[in-house]
Amino acid sequence: MPEDNNINKFENPHYAKREVTGPDGEVFTVDPMRDYFSDARPQVHEPNSIPVIENFLNWARAESLWVLGFGTGCGSIEIPPLLTPRFDAFRFGIQSRPTPRQSNVFIISGYLAIKTLKRVVRSYEQMQNPKYVLALGSCTINGGMYFDSYNTIKRLDHYIPVDIYIAGCMPRPEALLAGFNKLKELIKKGKAENANEYARNFDWYKANQKKIIKDWNMPDYNW
Amino acid sequence: MDFDLKRLGFTLLGLLIVLNWGLLMSALMRKISARVARRIGIPWYQPWVDLVKNYAIRSQITHGVMFYLGPVFRLSGGVGIFLFMPMIAGSELWMNYSFQGDLVLIMYFQFFGMLGMALGAGEGGHPYSAIGVSRGLSQFTVIEVPLTLAIISLAIQYNTLSLVDIVQAQQGGIQNWSMWTNPFATIAGMLSALGTLGHSPFNLVKAPNEIPIGPPTEYHSTYLGVLQTNAAILHVVESALFMNLFFGGATSWFEFIIKTFLIYFWSVFVGVVFPRFRIEQSVGWFLKVPLVFGILAVIMFM
Repeated sequence: MPEDNNINKFENPHYAKREVTGPDGEVFTVDPMRDYFSDARPQVHEPNSIPVIENFLNWARAESLWVLGFGTGCGSIEIPPLLTPRFDAFRFGIQSRPTPRQSNVFIISGYLAIKTLKRVVRSYEQMQNPKYVLALGSCTINGGMYFDSYNTIKRLDHYIPVDIYIAGCMPRPEALLAGFNKLKELIKKGKAENANEYARNFDWYKANQKKIIKDWNMPDYNW
Repeated sequence: MDFDLKRLGFTLLGLLIVLNWGLLMSALMRKISARVARRIGIPWYQPWVDLVKNYAIRSQITHGVMFYLGPVFRLSGGVGIFLFMPMIAGSELWMNYSFQGDLVLIMYFQFFGMLGMALGAGEGGHPYSAIGVSRGLSQFTVIEVPLTLAIISLAIQYNTLSLVDIVQAQQGGIQNWSMWTNPFATIAGMLSALGTLGHSPFNLVKAPNEIPIGPPTEYHSTYLGVLQTNAAILHVVESALFMNLFFGGATSWFEFIIKTFLIYFWSVFVGVVFPRFRIEQSVGWFLKVPLVFGILAVIMFM
């Protein structure tokens, strides 16, 4: 944990360092931030060095995109029609998944409040390498209609790396499908390596995140 | 038992066939439910792609030793049932390692996988895993009750606990199947098959839109790949168990595929028609209708 004045002010009392007496009378110190979470930094996982194998694996990754079911903004209203009979994204290997551990694609659907950004960072870091981010709507590009809001972020790629932007307010499900197809092309070409980019530029992303999230009461990296 | 290389080879080949048939069957099942919902649905090869994708994920995290062992126990539960299940009746090569009393072992392996998974998911530390585990174990316990009664009834009827002998006793025409000679046990068994095969209305434990996905919440990449492999094997061998118990077994792979598909389709058919039960509703349901049929089946052959 960095020494920052803002932290103590907002720290969750549940995570505070404290003395605990065990059942046999032994007194020991519990530091939840160290004991409950890992503080290991993200690792760079290089792609397989044999091109044939890596191309095959990339094809499998592109044809099996599991989307994290986390609606972050108003754009998430476009996800249900995408998966139901009208647009039926299952045809293209796109399925929704309820837990970040098993997902590969994170759709940031529209504006991000600072409060939501904190949850987005946690969820993004819990996804496993390789992982892809789809930014939906103009709010993620330059703030969109919230360009002068005090409580939303303006450029998403300052906080987490973005693979595909889908412009519009709101983009329709067709636009989303086009974005998914573009993402598939990128993955098949081996150009969607943003999980490694995040690990390489970890300090830069963390500094940006901490600049805007004032109540930083979580570990630096949530693996 | 002395070591027989040929037998081992055919058992491994059988496992490969069963795995691929299980993956194809799960694709067909999802295709059918998609068509019921007027969607086109996934391509038929989607389960294989998902499997490759999950094994190809580059990073994994662990929560401890039991977290590693959970999927391994689950897989050995599925493979264990396969090993002691005669696949093709009357064929020396596709008998696997079935022997006298293998039915007890198969019942044990059914629970073994669940328990291993429960321990592993518990070490994952996610509260949803713990809730999923308690739901799964309580539901599976009541699923086992009518199934066990049906098996006891069959054991009394045929005076054996060997699956091979039970299949052998049903040969020689459709009128010899346990389906006709022991209808109450068949009803109890097929109703508990709805729970064992894990589709709606009894899929609360693992449904993605309940508490996120239940016990495997923390499982990802290779762990999830192992669990998917096991699910594919388990679906076929569970169907094969019911086929051997009630529907006369199979004399060829063609018959095997037709019969396992129909048994599996029975649970899919019920699943797309009926909505999901809450856990206390499904526990209550299994302790009413199937249990009554199970007791009747035992009384009939007392």
